[in-house]
Amino acid sequence: MAVHTGVLPGFRLTLGYTLFYLSLIVLLPVAAVFGKTLELGWGEFVDVVSNPRVLAAYRLSFGAALAAAAIDAVFGLLLAWVLVRYSFPGKRLVDALIDLPFALPTAVAGIALTALYAPNGWLGGWLAALGVKVAFTPLGILVALVFIGIPFVVRTVQPVLEEFEPEFEEAAASLGASRWQVFRHVILPHVLPATVTGFALAFARAVGEYGSVIFIAGNIPFVSEIVPLLIIGQLEQYNEAGATAIATVMLVISFTLLLVINALQAWAARRGGKEQ
Amino acid sequence: MDAVAALPALELPARRAAVRPVTTEPAWVRRTLIALALAFFGLFLLLPLLAVFVEALRKGWAVYLAALVEPDALAALKLTLLAAAIAVPLNLVFGVAAAWAIAKFSFRGKALLLTLIDLPFSVSPVVAGLGLVLLFGGSGWFGAWLAAHEVKILFAVPGIVLATVFVTFPFVARELVPLMQAQGREEEEAAVVLGASGWRTFWHVTLPNVKWGLLYGVILTNARAMGEFGAVSVVSGHIRGQTTTLPLHVEILYNEYQFSAAFAVASLLALLALVTLVVKHAIERRGDFAALRRGSRT
Repeated sequence: MAVHTGVLPGFRLTLGYTLFYLSLIVLLPVAAVFGKTLELGWGEFVDVVSNPRVLAAYRLSFGAALAAAAIDAVFGLLLAWVLVRYSFPGKRLVDALIDLPFALPTAVAGIALTALYAPNGWLGGWLAALGVKVAFTPLGILVALVFIGIPFVVRTVQPVLEEFEPEFEEAAASLGASRWQVFRHVILPHVLPATVTGFALAFARAVGEYGSVIFIAGNIPFVSEIVPLLIIGQLEQYNEAGATAIATVMLVISFTLLLVINALQAWAARRGGKEQ
Repeated sequence: MDAVAALPALELPARRAAVRPVTTEPAWVRRTLIALALAFFGLFLLLPLLAVFVEALRKGWAVYLAALVEPDALAALKLTLLAAAIAVPLNLVFGVAAAWAIAKFSFRGKALLLTLIDLPFSVSPVVAGLGLVLLFGGSGWFGAWLAAHEVKILFAVPGIVLATVFVTFPFVARELVPLMQAQGREEEEAAVVLGASGWRTFWHVTLPNVKWGLLYGVILTNARAMGEFGAVSVVSGHIRGQTTTLPLHVEILYNEYQFSAAFAVASLLALLALVTLVVKHAIERRGDFAALRRGSRT
């Protein structure tokens, strides 16, 4: 469609300012990362990213983020379900505090989780007695990423569940479906797009997460060292080229995830629209 | 015939018995699900929050207060407030401009523009900080020019502000665009046709309609601005009392094993988070805002 200006003023001014500000604040730093990578040349780039320590960090960052997002998808769906369908004491408090990971600075979350899960911590002592070590292992990273990601799933699924008409469930039940069948074949397909979107959002956030992870991770190379920490390590050794090469892989994956999330949201909107 | 006549009488009790299990589950399933959800909530959300305050007060109020009024902590607080005071208005103006252009006009490339506005949500804060280093560092694109003119951005306040602006970039725009799209442009068009200027139309027609959405975006921006860690950590240089924000100050104290002081400063940030959640919840419970948001999703 061609530009539709209608009678309202301000199109050129606001769009112009939007593009200018976007370029200055966001696109320029991102372009700098790509630009620096191009200076490197292919050989040097591959050398950096295929270093075993870097590969181990990629595996850890993506593996932990994937596992955390999966846990968030299950418990996010459960929390959304319980908050929409049931009433219980303290429900409003739970609903309000779901967003805590959005509002609590990541460094605060990081030291709080470490205080809980360190071997001498509140829960760490109990877990140590059971032979489970959480803090300063990949398991600690998982805990931090589950914390960071949970509101993404709850807040994408919750509104979809709220607007779901009980007529569909009643129709299915009147046709003889058991409660489990109704959930499995009527409710779940309806909330699936939102759950997958929430999963992808939690995953995208978890892959790049830094503040909440570094305190609890222990940051042992090859064991519990995440990619963002590796980038900072390279920078501290004045190796901008190394940091940039590692970051470029992260950026490409961020872009891909962003496109996937957009497609998922369009899918979710279509699903929601059909039932309207 | 008999069967048909018998139906209404049979249906009533049958419905009573059947409708309940249809819209809800057996009590034991309900209780199990609630217990599971609450266990997860307690373990992952409530307990960490409690831990901050308990650890902060572990050595008593004297240690707690001393950690807060110590000069480095006050300097960090000042820098945090300054960064937020610059980042929030900048991204507010941007968000309003972007929402006006995107919601009230149609143009090619709108979907791409929206995707690019979301970019800071999916870029790792550390990578964002790296981008700033590559622009303004010694060997960066503008490094030579900045050095020649003795302008310091990296390891100084401007770098911290830029990093903060980057990570909080999408919040206001993301909140306003769908709200203003849901509203359409008829009201504004009517105002303009009746002779109001564009500015007046925005001020008296658009703004009252989206004011809660605007406030919502602002408090989310503010919370993230004051709490940002990764991006700021890369560009700050950690110069104590000069380029450390509150979250960085927490990190420094923690790494020096001053746990009570670290948690004391952290508790300030946790209080900020709680205030943010209360305001956010209050806005969400406003009927007009809730209706507008629901409308914007379909």
